[in-house]
Amino acid sequence: MFKNIHLPRYERIWLTIGAISLVVFLVILGVLAVGLGLQPPGQMKTVPPEQVRTNAPFNKPNLVQVGPNEYKATMVAQMFSYLPDQLEVPAGSTIHFEITSPDVVHGLYVPNTNVNIMVVPGHVAEFTYTFKHPGDYLMLCHEYCGSGHQMMMGKLKVV
Amino acid sequence: MENTLRDRSSDKMSFQAPDRRLILAHIGFAFIAFLIGAIAGLVQALERTGYITLPSNIGYYQLLTAHGVSMALIFTTFFIIGYLYSGLAKTLGGKLLPSANLVAWIGFYMMVIGTLLGLAMIITNDASVLYTFYAPMKASPIFYIGLALVVIGSWLSGVAIFMNYYKWRKQHPGETSPLFAFMSVATMVLWLICTVGVAIEVVFQLIPWSLGWTDKVNVELSRTLFWYFGHPLVYFWLLPAYIYWYVNIPKIIGGKIFSNSLPRLTFLLFILYSIPVGFHHQLMEPGVSSFWKFLQVVLTMIVVIPSLMTAFAIIATFELAGRSKGATGLFGWFKKLPWKDVRFVATFLGMLIFIPAGAGGVVNASFQMNQVVHNTLFITGHFHITIAAAVILTFFAISYWLVPALRNRQLTPFANQLGLIQSWLWTIGILIMSTSMHIVGVLGEPRRTSFTTYNHHPIADVWSPYRLFTGVGSILLFISSVLFLITIVYLWFFAPKAESAVDYPIGEVDAEQPKPPAILERWSVWIGITVALVLIAYTIPVIHMIQHAPSSPPIRSW
Ligand code: HEM
Ligand SMILES: [Cu+2]
Ligand SMILES: [Cu+2]
Repeated sequence: MFKNIHLPRYERIWLTIGAISLVVFLVILGVLAVGLGLQPPGQMKTVPPEQVRTNAPFNKPNLVQVGPNEYKATMVAQMFSYLPDQLEVPAGSTIHFEITSPDVVHGLYVPNTNVNIMVVPGHVAEFTYTFKHPGDYLMLCHEYCGSGHQMMMGKLKVV
Repeated sequence: MENTLRDRSSDKMSFQAPDRRLILAHIGFAFIAFLIGAIAGLVQALERTGYITLPSNIGYYQLLTAHGVSMALIFTTFFIIGYLYSGLAKTLGGKLLPSANLVAWIGFYMMVIGTLLGLAMIITNDASVLYTFYAPMKASPIFYIGLALVVIGSWLSGVAIFMNYYKWRKQHPGETSPLFAFMSVATMVLWLICTVGVAIEVVFQLIPWSLGWTDKVNVELSRTLFWYFGHPLVYFWLLPAYIYWYVNIPKIIGGKIFSNSLPRLTFLLFILYSIPVGFHHQLMEPGVSSFWKFLQVVLTMIVVIPSLMTAFAIIATFELAGRSKGATGLFGWFKKLPWKDVRFVATFLGMLIFIPAGAGGVVNASFQMNQVVHNTLFITGHFHITIAAAVILTFFAISYWLVPALRNRQLTPFANQLGLIQSWLWTIGILIMSTSMHIVGVLGEPRRTSFTTYNHHPIADVWSPYRLFTGVGSILLFISSVLFLITIVYLWFFAPKAESAVDYPIGEVDAEQPKPPAILERWSVWIGITVALVLIAYTIPVIHMIQHAPSSPPIRSW
């Protein structure tokens, strides 16, 4: 282990590692900053919250088949429910979720899957997932959205 | 008994009356916030697990807001500032500058008024927005004004700390500053730079909007400003605990601070690594290419380096202390540690818990796993074993000697014994509560959610056995909290008076250690780099957001 006499040497090693990590960090951050300048994260599709209920596609939230084993779920997360709140697809189907909010921030979370989406008003969140196993899945809101937050849920059936 | 409390640290300290009042005011207020937080914590834990039903005039989310605000924002901030003042008084010549104390008191009263305004709005149910207050949920303007007062008041505390440090530097040209003072300055530099984000959000966005002066708020921008603050906030809690580990603990265990440069570099790295990366919280939202995800992982992992440096320093200090007391063999030093001294043991328990906590942090940072646990109880479990265990146990350890030291009383063997019981109880409670939160989080239970079975959905049924453990853990934690406060009241008002000056354990730097490089203390350089990085990382995306992100009207959804 560390004997007294060696300490200055260990310290030197650590200081060197610290300094190198600093340089690496600065380089990465520089790359990131330049990259961000070229491609800001605001890239995601936007939709003004007051137009969600009136304009396509979110004025008709639904689940449509878009190909063999492929579905598109156009959804609205609102205080305190999902539109639509019942989805059913055959096992092995891929669902492309597209979801937004007309009011506050919500979430869409399906336990035991990777579906874990933040729904920020003004933005369209998109996520694709393939449901391989049949079962009764639960869609729930996992971002605090108000007094009915714990009741905000939907069902997703994979048959 | 070999491990008596008094013979270890020969450091004596007589606080000046004005300093004493200032520091006691801060930590006393912190303890009141802790009491409120602990009551809310117990009640909400029992509600969300289904063991109790709240009376209709108290809301779950109201309690959760009270818990988050009083524990994470108020208790921590007041306690940290008080502790930093005490160490400055000790290491910068025995007393604080009177002119700085004036600034400090103004800051204190601003923070107290701000806290009271905020709490009043939480009590009247006009601010059940949780401690992260995400727009477009709108609380009462008074809540936001209260928050702004707390933040701006804390800036004055930072100024007071800088004034003391600056005066010392001027009086000791060419000398290296005491380690405690350096670290206090680093902590407040981090705090000032990161709180600018939340201050802009609250003062320029939320206050005018909640007053109706503007009708919409840019939600994406407010989230960006919040996360610019929210990410380094964690380090603001952690750094004071590290100060105690690096500077006070060596004295308590009868050792020396083994390096004068390494701890300084570690703190500077934490400033640089934590501030310009808050943006990544939003990069994690879907629709971001894997290139950014890769960078995010690399950047997050780099924080491991100062953490490893800290772990190394602490183990080395323990070993040195043990060897200087004649320990032999690979682990002989371990037995020489003061296992009956609460000032050490409480902290040591926190350090131990930090090991699994670090592993959990890596899980959060890795993208595949984050996709599974984001916003589940796993996250709440994670920060109860980090902030509410590693950091809070260290704050307990500090309180047990700092309160009697400031009140000119003795930390009696009786209080020490109570403290040992209390720390172990807290450790056990946190382990039970957090472990079950981690597991049930992976099984899908969301955080920030009052009791629900989702209409007896089979997925939610799986959670119920773990709720028992969360409930039991929270009861143990509450008992431990009460025991802590009782011991503090005893030490504050009833413990026997100290005959002479009191102990204030401050480690000495090993005499063989070389003088640290001067660059480490050139603050203009480090602050300059940090500010430059922040500007580079944020300017373009923020401009884009201001131009393109849609805005939202205020909504009260509770
Ligand atoms: C008596 C001891 C404590 C108990 C029983 C307790 C219990 C809880 C519970 C059950 C939750 C989860 C609520 C939910 O997500 O629905 C929670 C959240 C939280 N706790 Fe604690 N806790 C305690 C102490 C602490 C301490 C000491 C701190 C920090 C200093 C802390 C900080 C937090 C924070 C920041 C949250 C998250 C609030 C939010 O999500 O808005 N807790 N606590
Ligand atoms: Cu919701
Ligand atoms: Cu919700």
